[in-house]
Amino acid sequence: MELALAPETLARWQFGITTVYHFLFVPLTISLAALVAGLETAWVRTGKQEYLKATKFWGKLFLINIAMGVVTGIVQEFQFGMNWSAYSRFVGDVFGAPLAFEALIAFFFESTFIGLWIFGWDKLPKRIHCFCMWMVSIGTILSAYFILAANSWMQHPVGYKYNAANGRAELTDFWKVLTQDTTLVVVFHTLTAAFLTGAAFMVGIAAFHLMRKKHIKVMRTSLRLGLITLVISGILTAVSGDSLGKVMFKQQPMKMAAAEALWDKEEPAPFSVFAYGDVEKGHNTVAIEIPGLLSFLAHNDFSSPVPGINDVNKAEKQKFGPGDYRPNIPVAYWGFRWMIGFGMSSFAIGLAGLWLTRKKFWLAPGLRTGDEEPPHLALTKNKVLGARLSKWYWSLAFVTLGFPLIANSWGWIFTEMGRQPWAVYGVLRTSDAVSPGVSQGEVLTSMIVFTGLYAILAVVEIKLLVKYIKAGPQELSDSDLNPPTKIGGDSTDADRPMAFSY
Amino acid sequence: MQLHDVWFVLIAVLWTGYFFLEGFDFGIGVHTKLLARDRREKRVLINTIGPVWDGNEVWLISAAGATFAAFPDWYATLLSGFYLPFLLILVCLIVRGVAFEYRAKRTEEHWQRNWETAIFWTSLLPAVLWGVVFGNIVHGVKIDAHKEYVGSVLDLLNPYAILGGLVTLTLFTFHGAVFASLKTTGEIRGRARRLATVLGLLTLVPTVGFLGWTQADKGDVSSLIAMGVVVVALLAALGANRLGREGWAFSFSGLAIAAAVTMLFLTLFPNVMPSTLNESWNLTVGSASSSPYTLKIITWCAGFATPLVMLYQGWTYWVFRKRIGTQHIAEAH
Repeated sequence: MELALAPETLARWQFGITTVYHFLFVPLTISLAALVAGLETAWVRTGKQEYLKATKFWGKLFLINIAMGVVTGIVQEFQFGMNWSAYSRFVGDVFGAPLAFEALIAFFFESTFIGLWIFGWDKLPKRIHCFCMWMVSIGTILSAYFILAANSWMQHPVGYKYNAANGRAELTDFWKVLTQDTTLVVVFHTLTAAFLTGAAFMVGIAAFHLMRKKHIKVMRTSLRLGLITLVISGILTAVSGDSLGKVMFKQQPMKMAAAEALWDKEEPAPFSVFAYGDVEKGHNTVAIEIPGLLSFLAHNDFSSPVPGINDVNKAEKQKFGPGDYRPNIPVAYWGFRWMIGFGMSSFAIGLAGLWLTRKKFWLAPGLRTGDEEPPHLALTKNKVLGARLSKWYWSLAFVTLGFPLIANSWGWIFTEMGRQPWAVYGVLRTSDAVSPGVSQGEVLTSMIVFTGLYAILAVVEIKLLVKYIKAGPQELSDSDLNPPTKIGGDSTDADRPMAFSY
Repeated sequence: MQLHDVWFVLIAVLWTGYFFLEGFDFGIGVHTKLLARDRREKRVLINTIGPVWDGNEVWLISAAGATFAAFPDWYATLLSGFYLPFLLILVCLIVRGVAFEYRAKRTEEHWQRNWETAIFWTSLLPAVLWGVVFGNIVHGVKIDAHKEYVGSVLDLLNPYAILGGLVTLTLFTFHGAVFASLKTTGEIRGRARRLATVLGLLTLVPTVGFLGWTQADKGDVSSLIAMGVVVVALLAALGANRLGREGWAFSFSGLAIAAAVTMLFLTLFPNVMPSTLNESWNLTVGSASSSPYTLKIITWCAGFATPLVMLYQGWTYWVFRKRIGTQHIAEAH
């Protein structure tokens, strides 16, 4: 058959599709778990009903997402063995360890406590119920940490030696795998981006309700929480992205040169904001450049040289033998830009929102609104944004709620494709990693099945999200306001319907 | 006893945990059609496992993750070799997980019915497939000198493995019926108990056949003892069920599953996947395992995490220990 349908190509497509799809749910889940836990804590501490309403509303959206996150995660784990058996044999000794840690420590945490949280409203005293959500949150973060440690090892292998006798990589220092700089900055960057994602989601939905003047109390709280999280995580995402970039310039110069479509060494190197025409041809049709910025991104000063694609390719040929060590340049170039562009747009919208909805002494007393009214969007201390402009802001915040999701996806595509032709950088080529015994038909079948199933589930999930977003927070019932005081529930009314049932 | 032997035992423990726990929730899935008479009863059944099925499933994820870490070659040969069965299992687990969470999220009749149908099939199919997979692991498959599976998917559908599939299906369905009688109240509880008697007797036939075949093929004294435990535990579960001792019945049906898994792993050892082409190509605990250093690291992790998991999962079962009847299910939905 044609090369385009080679098992390796299909397996790569499948990995890309299933990973990007899985990662639509992961960042939302990580951040919403923590935000919901925060809201529930606020309820436990203050007893204010809007916090409980917010907890339940965002909790529901969280649950719809985590259901998908969990089931698509199982595919990820099995896929290594199914499509990449040569990879599994070669790196299992190293890569398997953090994966086993993830399953045994993080995943059990997450899924056990989530069951307690969903069904525990009338079975657990409120403090313990809230504690369960924190456990879920810790589980999701630990899970991210272990899996990113494994991925970072593929980006920058450390703490192992090659065992020629059995032809595989063997772990020599697990602590190094868990704490190498790649792991730490990748975890930092992924987690901050995750919070950016959840915050933009929260701000967008809160804006939607505030624009329609519905559920104002709960949505004012959510908006505030979302905006603050969005701005803080936005700054930290930029900071962590910068550190990650510097690490990558050292460890994978090819990826970063490709990200810039920088063909030959430049000194000082400019940052290309936007290249017009074919980036495959290099820098000649660049439209906008910022002089010296790339040197700064790589080395913290504005004049140091940055090697180009051709330089690195030559160096890698000398090191690893003949071959082409260039990744797909347009994907790397545009992926890098979409990641930064979409992520930072969300941050900018958040920053504007935080300023426009500010309170207290920054705003003239006459402009301040009560708990039952949507906040005024004020440009200066004394001047409210016009009705039309206000509506634009709310709409903008709403329609861009998924921007960080696009940024995340491109971030991963850039990271993973920028490393090609390596599965494990400098150690194992992607072409040597696929399952030799799996036929083209099998990979094609599974790709069609997964892609088809994922497409159907995407429709189902979006419909559900839309339904629950539109419905907004529900009114609280008696049982919500009188949580049990005993574990296992109070025995006053044995036949009372459960607070939650499937 | 070397570390890779310890890990062979630990992986057996993880699979035992998985089949014990998800065994009954697969069974409950099947009972939504077999036992439940109306939609309300379906919901009673689904809600008996509602808080715990997700935690149960993690035993599988841990078993797979631990196999990857401790026996990379076993993991690679098994998953790439049994490609289509695993694809089918994954699809079922995806749909099943979503079905539980999404079924009640809309009130339309067709929406809920579709997810209920999904729950039935995605519980039944993996219950069969796991038996087929383990039948093939124990029996051995065509593995070449490069540790790769070279058979076809049809080779996996041999009589022994299909009988294995029948065993897991009946055993899990029986275990599920016993669990249903333990966790429900009212009319459905009595029916669950009566159904359990029928299913228990039905389970005995393929189980004795399959395990007897295994024993004749590869057994020794220890596997014979394990087989004895399976049969005695099944009979004890049946007896306890007749006497209305539902807690005991559930413990015994769980013991039967545990002993059956134990027997399979006993006959497997020291292989992890025997080759039917050439004995020297067998994957063994020695040839398929990770380096001693990695095994040491994950042993620390498992030694610390596994008891903790059992503790807090056990607590979950205690929190939700109350029986559920139709009166506990709210009207709406």
